[in-house]
Amino acid sequence: MKDKTLTKSSLKQETKVTQEAQNLPQENLGGMKLFAALIKTLDSTNKTNEKVKALAHYFTQAADKDKVWTIAILSHRRPPRPVNTTLMREWASELANIPLWLFEESYHIVGDLAETIALVIPAATASSEKSLTEFLEEMIALKRKSEEKKKEYLFNNWANLNYYERFVFTKLITGGFRIGVSQKLMTRALSQATDIEEDVLAYKLMGDWKPQTISFHDLVIEEDASQQFSRPYPFYLAYAVEEDVTALGDVTDFLAEHKWDGIRSQTIFRNGEIFIWSRGEELVTDKYPELEILKEHIPDGTVIDGELLPFYEGQIGTFNDLQTRIGRKTVSKKMLKEVPVIIKAYDILEWEGKDLRETAFAKRRTILESLYSNITAKGLPIGISETMEFDSWQEMAGERDRSREMRSEGLMIKRKDSPYRVGRKKGDWWKWKVDPLTIDAVLTYAMRGHGRRSNLFTDYTFGLWNEDKSELVTFAKAYSGLTDAEFRKVDAWIKKNTLERFGPVRSVTAHHVFEIAFEGIALSKRHKSGIATRFPRILRWRQDKKIEEANTLEDLKAMIPSNGAEGQVVKESLPPTK
Amino acid sequence: MKKPLLEFTDKGIYCAPARVYLDPWKPVDKALITHGHADHSRWGHKQYITHESNVPIISHRLGDINVSGVRFRESVHINNVKFSFHPAGHIPGSSQIRVEHKGEVWVFTGDYKTEVDGISEPYEPIKCDTFITECTFGLPAFKWTPQAEVMDDINTWWAQNKAEGKCSVLFAYSLGKAQRLLKHLDPSIGKIMTHGAIEKMTEVLRPMIDMPATELITRDTPKAAFKGSLVLAPPATHGSAWIRKMVPYVTASASGWMAFRGARRRRAIDKGFVMSDHCDWPSLLESIEATGAEKIICTHGYTDIFSKYLRSIGYDARTEETQYEGETIDDRNKAEEDPELNPTPALSEGGSKKEDDEQAQSLTSTEI
Repeated sequence: MKDKTLTKSSLKQETKVTQEAQNLPQENLGGMKLFAALIKTLDSTNKTNEKVKALAHYFTQAADKDKVWTIAILSHRRPPRPVNTTLMREWASELANIPLWLFEESYHIVGDLAETIALVIPAATASSEKSLTEFLEEMIALKRKSEEKKKEYLFNNWANLNYYERFVFTKLITGGFRIGVSQKLMTRALSQATDIEEDVLAYKLMGDWKPQTISFHDLVIEEDASQQFSRPYPFYLAYAVEEDVTALGDVTDFLAEHKWDGIRSQTIFRNGEIFIWSRGEELVTDKYPELEILKEHIPDGTVIDGELLPFYEGQIGTFNDLQTRIGRKTVSKKMLKEVPVIIKAYDILEWEGKDLRETAFAKRRTILESLYSNITAKGLPIGISETMEFDSWQEMAGERDRSREMRSEGLMIKRKDSPYRVGRKKGDWWKWKVDPLTIDAVLTYAMRGHGRRSNLFTDYTFGLWNEDKSELVTFAKAYSGLTDAEFRKVDAWIKKNTLERFGPVRSVTAHHVFEIAFEGIALSKRHKSGIATRFPRILRWRQDKKIEEANTLEDLKAMIPSNGAEGQVVKESLPPTK
Repeated sequence: MKKPLLEFTDKGIYCAPARVYLDPWKPVDKALITHGHADHSRWGHKQYITHESNVPIISHRLGDINVSGVRFRESVHINNVKFSFHPAGHIPGSSQIRVEHKGEVWVFTGDYKTEVDGISEPYEPIKCDTFITECTFGLPAFKWTPQAEVMDDINTWWAQNKAEGKCSVLFAYSLGKAQRLLKHLDPSIGKIMTHGAIEKMTEVLRPMIDMPATELITRDTPKAAFKGSLVLAPPATHGSAWIRKMVPYVTASASGWMAFRGARRRRAIDKGFVMSDHCDWPSLLESIEATGAEKIICTHGYTDIFSKYLRSIGYDARTEETQYEGETIDDRNKAEEDPELNPTPALSEGGSKKEDDEQAQSLTSTEI
């Protein structure tokens, strides 16, 4: 959609009335064909409005049972994988009549298993009218069948589906639809199709329902009074301090606190229940069961703005620890024990059932602090983000310099008399992050990317010199930071300067120097270099530097703080190196 | 050991007994040229010999050069070596070059495809002992849909955009792909408009091919003219100021790479049509078989994988490094055709060799 003036309501109307917009299937398709057409549309646009429109259209067209399955698939409730991928690769190469190594090479280049299978196997000889539901029920039953039956099932279906249906079918088996549809976006589309409000739907769709047994009516349409209680307030977001911090004005007008590196959240205590919303306005209550206990200690009619942080033995964990929990539908006991989460509260938006957003920040903090001090039970998963006052910006800068030690990303600076606003508004809340650490490293290995970067070498490994500068020691991998144009240039260079190939990975001539930025640094036993860096990314391509000018491992080691938390061995700060 | 009839040197493919080069990438005295794309017909040779249809194309691109044209299947004898040009089906004028000497026959394909596109003389398999083939799309993941179906999709897409009051911008190489699309676009849907680079090349080809009328886009073209029209534009105009005049518009690309979901998304194009002027996997294998050749040399594309596969099915296949690019995934290698987009002057005949070297080695070589 190019037309940005469309309001939400007019968009809703348009979806309902015309239904002939671009990309929407014209024929009267049903079942898997309709679902495959939906995925194709979602996959071929990166415009959110187009995606919502296509989904909303689907929700007005599809059979109720297929709609339930679509919601399930888009909210990560896919049935478990019925066939392992090794077998699928073997069978696909058998059907395509190509050796397995050639299938594997193709897969490395295509970058997606289901897509590779759909591309290499022969074209369909018939067509299938089965519904999405039938396919998924068959897949569930397939899991328990013999290998022979599984093979027969795949061969039969591959032969009856056209290219895109084949791709979607295979994707349903292998898992992992990455088509840029968040649960929130899906909820918005469902809201347009049903006229039920988004946050009500978000609440309905959470929890432990099973697509096999629930009807569309029970899942989506059925009214439930408790839905009203879960409503969050829109989040207020801070602007980054870009130049001179002193330009913000009088330092004494502000309160500062550390900027925690977790998940921004809003926790609602109403009607004897607790609801946790993430900043993306996704309801995530069931991902953090350890926070349930708070509802016994915090009165109804309270809404807290705070950061979800991993916290154990008096120590804030890394964002990477937390990442192991994000995206999981169910949280294992092991995970609860290893990565327990707390809420670090920094604001209160509702107290005794009253909306406090127009109350000055300093006043809200007083209320929050008194609420916190009245909690008598020990060891509850809640903490408070301490505010600090400074007499000068220099003093504040000094505190900012301690951020890495404090395990924070920098400082938040909030105006004492500010209300709690909606969205990103300039003026009252500022984030003042620490500058990243940087080092100049040499490109040593490259691998093809995935998704939109498949077939382009975009995943790089970087090395630093050893002591006598005779060898480059791998220290980090980075995937981001270059422009598309730069990636294309580096890709073309890599293809012409490959030394050796190891499957999808190539070693390249040591020639290019890149400045790598990272947020944190710690000793690590898992890494060849002995050092783990947090969130390494490419800051810039130093075409002005020769490889002899790149940094050494000793230079990197010198960046590790000599005391404090950062000196400890951090286990999981880097994606594992292969 | 006897020297091979064709050798791969740092200047290009060399036939020693005839002292000529085939599609050389550095300036030479005498060059036999397969077709008019920039990576095959480069600047700076003293003499060009090519199929007669390529003469106006190459002259248009390279200006004042010494070029002579021959007909398909006509024999040209140079120092007792017999050369002839045979249709390659890649673009208008594109040829395979057959080389015969002392009873030994080699065929160099340049770029080729077996599907009949309606504008190029259809590919003909030539019997030979050694077949030098491109394999731009030499992976089993590439299988083309028949042209008629793809063109139906393109015309439907255009009609749909028109119904919504939008302009359809279709990216295509100025030479070859643009005329292939133009030939099969349905002018009853609306007006077909062109970027200057495409218009000029189309003018060069009109005497040879019957194609629908086009309207050149100029500074004076009113904004209203774009509504519902189809614009043929070189890929490098994507995201340029030139294209902003066409708002509201939707973009599409017709390329073999559009078979990959990732390639289309990466280029931020609204729609991808899978259409290539190169062979897909099955037609590469079929055409190799049809030549009867035992020795296969793979020049550009997925050469390592493709030649490994050929060896596994019994051919004596190997890879040779060349500087041909085929169809690049980012569709920009032919941008030099467009003087407005790429003001770099042509290297003069005496153009510094060093400069040329650097250009060929530089990272931007896929974009020249």
